[in-house]
Amino acid sequence: MGFFTMPSDLQHSYLGLIAWHLQLALIPVLVGLLIAVPVGWLCVRFRWLYAPMLGVTTVFYAIPSLAFFVVLIDWTGQSDTTVMIPLTVYTLVVLIPAIIDGVRSVPEETHAAATAMGFGSARRFLQVDLPIAVPAIVAGLRVATVSSISLVSVGALIGDQGALGNLLEDANLYHRPILAWSSVITTAVLAILIDGLLVLLRRLLTPWAAR
Amino acid sequence: MNLFHYLDIFYSSGANWSGANGIPQRLWEHVQYTLLALAVATAIGLPIGLVTGHTGRGGNALAFVATAARALPSFGLLVLLTLLMGLGLTPVMVPLVALAVPPILVTSYEAVRSVDRSLVDAARGMGMGPARVLFQVELPVALPLILSGMRSAAVQIVSTATIAAYVAFGGLGRYIVDGLYQENYAKVVGGATLVAGLALLTLGLFWLAARVFVSPGVRRSAR
Repeated sequence: MGFFTMPSDLQHSYLGLIAWHLQLALIPVLVGLLIAVPVGWLCVRFRWLYAPMLGVTTVFYAIPSLAFFVVLIDWTGQSDTTVMIPLTVYTLVVLIPAIIDGVRSVPEETHAAATAMGFGSARRFLQVDLPIAVPAIVAGLRVATVSSISLVSVGALIGDQGALGNLLEDANLYHRPILAWSSVITTAVLAILIDGLLVLLRRLLTPWAAR
Repeated sequence: MNLFHYLDIFYSSGANWSGANGIPQRLWEHVQYTLLALAVATAIGLPIGLVTGHTGRGGNALAFVATAARALPSFGLLVLLTLLMGLGLTPVMVPLVALAVPPILVTSYEAVRSVDRSLVDAARGMGMGPARVLFQVELPVALPLILSGMRSAAVQIVSTATIAAYVAFGGLGRYIVDGLYQENYAKVVGGATLVAGLALLTLGLFWLAARVFVSPGVRRSAR
């Protein structure tokens, strides 16, 4: 057992754990993004929705990840789904305000120009508001992704559903700190790499922004 | 066996209300960890955020530190530090503080940066020195945002302090971790609702703090 050689009870190689970890962390972020965009549009279109939506998401954010996992076991069992549902909710909590604030910061003239060109509300949102809001949305995505990658490890507590987090249980069990080092360093490096990719994505999506 | 049934078993059991493993004791431990971690994180994050926001320098370094601290997995850090240092308060506090510093640091920096420049110029024109500009103008105006950063830090601490129980520490997480091992779901679900309740209470307290401490003028202009 070492930094890269995994104990056999994990039933995964080092790379296998990384792949599983990324899958558990990133699918919720993607699903969250797909839900947050239409919800954001609704909140911008119908302004009265914004305050209650913010209230609901803040309350969801207050549910601790471990508590959330545990309560879901009753319905979804000790499975990947149980880990991914809370992470999706946390993504929504970060992304919905990010999208709304980003869209609201679009200058009034830009909005008026798009309307004058005959853009309808949905098309203006997708083709004008969203691209201009990209920096704010990516900022939200970065927070959501990094915290998602960190939280997957907690899944180890509900029956070995934590990918790289499962290494921590073994580190404790066999009293091998090297396994804990491996888990912490690998998770942190993954988070920093994905964060860097998102920064790169923002640069590619906003070629007009000053460097 | 549904959720409410579990809750009923948990809260109506007399054994859960007294002694070292009673709800009042575990709740108090959880509150203590949270307050300590929040105090340390604020003592680190707030002054640095205020000064860098005031001078406008070091924003990039700050963003880098915040990203690095966010990337540290709290649960992993907890287990690793406990293995290295043995059971104690430090291995529990380090991950909680590392978790809470980025939101406090980044929001207080952003909050001071986003104070209307004309206000700062007016204060300077009235003869205020840098310290008075910071404490009498920038801080009160930035307070709502600063509090929102501390609020999200506090909620994250409450929620993450739960995992301290994994390394045999106290707090409300005890019920969840012990319950999982004993396959006692009433205990698990009961513990989960207590943590969620404490987190909601934290949200409420910060809402109240914002009502009390934010000057009425600032509150009106924020509308």
